[in-house]
Amino acid sequence: MSVELAPFPVLAPLFLAAVLAALEHITNRHRILDLLSLATVAAVLVLDLLLLKRSFSGTVVYWFGAWTPMQGFPVGIAFVVDPVAALLALFAAFLTAMGFLYSWHRFKAVGTYYHTLMLLFLASMQGFCLTGDLFNMFVFFELMGVTAYALTGYKIEDSGPLEGALNFAVMNSIGGLMVLFGIGLLYGITGGLNLAWAGAFLEGKAGGATVAAAFVLLSLGFLVKGAIVPFHFWLPDAHAVAPTPASVLFSGIMVQLGLYAVARIYWVVFSDALDPAPLRLLLLSAGAATALLGAVMALLQRHLKRMLAFSTVSHSGMMLSGIALMDPSALAGTLLYLVGHGAVKGALFVCTGIILYHYNSVDEETLRGKCLPLKATGALFCLCGVALAGLPPFGTWAGKGVLEQSAGSLGYGWLPPLFLICSGITGGVVLRAGGSLFYGVGSANFLSSSAPSSGKYEEPEAFEEKGGTPRMMLLPLVLLVVVAVGAGALPQLQSSLAEGAARLADGKGYRATVLKGGAYAAAALPQPDRPGLAMGVAAALAAVAVAGFFFIPPDAVRPLRGLRRALEGPVALLRSLHSGYIGDYTAWFLAGAAVMTLFAIMSQ
Amino acid sequence: MNMLPFLVALWLLLVGLYGVSATKNSIHLVSSLFVAQSSGYLLLLSLGYLKGGTAPILDQVRVGSRPVDPVVQALTMTDIVVGAAVSALILACALQAFKKSGTLDPRRTPPMRG
Repeated sequence: MSVELAPFPVLAPLFLAAVLAALEHITNRHRILDLLSLATVAAVLVLDLLLLKRSFSGTVVYWFGAWTPMQGFPVGIAFVVDPVAALLALFAAFLTAMGFLYSWHRFKAVGTYYHTLMLLFLASMQGFCLTGDLFNMFVFFELMGVTAYALTGYKIEDSGPLEGALNFAVMNSIGGLMVLFGIGLLYGITGGLNLAWAGAFLEGKAGGATVAAAFVLLSLGFLVKGAIVPFHFWLPDAHAVAPTPASVLFSGIMVQLGLYAVARIYWVVFSDALDPAPLRLLLLSAGAATALLGAVMALLQRHLKRMLAFSTVSHSGMMLSGIALMDPSALAGTLLYLVGHGAVKGALFVCTGIILYHYNSVDEETLRGKCLPLKATGALFCLCGVALAGLPPFGTWAGKGVLEQSAGSLGYGWLPPLFLICSGITGGVVLRAGGSLFYGVGSANFLSSSAPSSGKYEEPEAFEEKGGTPRMMLLPLVLLVVVAVGAGALPQLQSSLAEGAARLADGKGYRATVLKGGAYAAAALPQPDRPGLAMGVAAALAAVAVAGFFFIPPDAVRPLRGLRRALEGPVALLRSLHSGYIGDYTAWFLAGAAVMTLFAIMSQ
Repeated sequence: MNMLPFLVALWLLLVGLYGVSATKNSIHLVSSLFVAQSSGYLLLLSLGYLKGGTAPILDQVRVGSRPVDPVVQALTMTDIVVGAAVSALILACALQAFKKSGTLDPRRTPPMRG
């Protein structure tokens, strides 16, 4: 394979998006559009696979227009494909393929540029993963944003999607603005926009406050995308109302790409210029707070998609904690967790899509016991619940296990128990919902039944036809579960990711490969240990225990009533914080941004 | 280096975000966001500005004169294009929300959150 193929994962979907937009006017277009978009995604998958294979033997550096560096200064724009970039691009393409399979021929409003938007979204994610240029990254970040807002507000005749899209768009535009400020600062300091150049310029210099401010401003923007407390408010509003295929992509990969960007700019640009200890403290505390708050908020939901969205917030916090350890092996665990979580969460959103297809509702209370006929979906939904908690051999187990091992060896012994709590809760609420929907157990509980957003009546996404669930809806569900198992069960993936993470964390090697050319000389890595089973089983048991707690009949046990009274105040407070008003969200953003920027500047 | 443009950029950013968070009108909210976005253009342009610099048309630059930085101008142009796309989309959403709810006050429509 030649290096020249590197830009095609972006170019192919961009081009086809334009072609499909032109084809919108022909009659009987559904099948043609579906086939063309699936073929495009398949081509992108193949390209990404080739790039991944190639990147293991050496980082692929592609200079647009053959503008190679002149006397060491990069004048052109580069795509830099190392294993992690290629793997994330591959995973994004896979999830897009699952989205297209789900919407195969049945999407109600297909015809108003749905395929075009999805392909544009795919192209921007590919570009965001593969680029080695900061401004390029910003443009793909914004393109990803614009298509995502449009997809969120896709059901434009509903007020929920509209408000969700508006919240999403405003918050992420503010985030993008922070990225732009960060780019401005960094360009002012280093005089270049190439990541490798900026890193090489800063290498060995004392960072100081300006460099720290640049890092924090860039990170702020990406953390908004990554839904980190206190910038997470837009996520549940948007993910809960987006069409199912878009939700799969948002929760499975888009949010995590924000975190990936933080890791990438840290290791390539700032790792040799800034003191890591205060940054680690900053990111770790944000991650831990996000993990806890997301899990608690997931407990308080009866709207299934909103519950899953908050669970994404929680898991995003766990992933940020993994990145914040600033250690290659923790990074490897985080990446493995990203793949496992993305597949499981995608499967859960597909399950909710199937429920929505049959019952026009995603409300846990009104649907209690009504979904009994959906045997296969119910079983897979509950399986995904324990998988989300991290039952072996799912990818979530393997990733979390690796992460916990390295957290322990780095002296962060409190992280594994925190992860256990968060995975137990987020897995447990899925089991609670699964039990009540598909098996009719439990009754209205005092935590979630009072939720203001119920999802009782939702616009259908597809015209229901006689008979059971269409096979083309079940196919992506099964494929996602298979990938979730494969991510954990295959030791090859773990060792490849260990190598990928080591190379992502090797800022010097990255810079040398981009600026000076030449193959990347990978250091020999020790074969990483497989994670232990105990923590995974414990998390799955915790999830079952959480679900079991909700299946206790209310008022059966006396202490429960006291607990209920004690929790009323905090629950109301948490609900009122998530008010749904852009103004409040912006105020939270300003407060969080001010604290983070000041802390980083003072500490350097 | 003159600090004034940077202070103005910071001022635009803060005043824009204040508008976003305190407004009682969706269209005003979107306009405030545009104000905040314009701070980015100002920041970028002032980074490349040189007092007495000439336009960066490199084959016509006279000997001895210094052209201003063309890269930040290209960035600003790109950002304006990106910003226009985002703004158009947000405005369309705000208008549609007005048609649905009949009010422009972002705080009056009951939220479905929590």
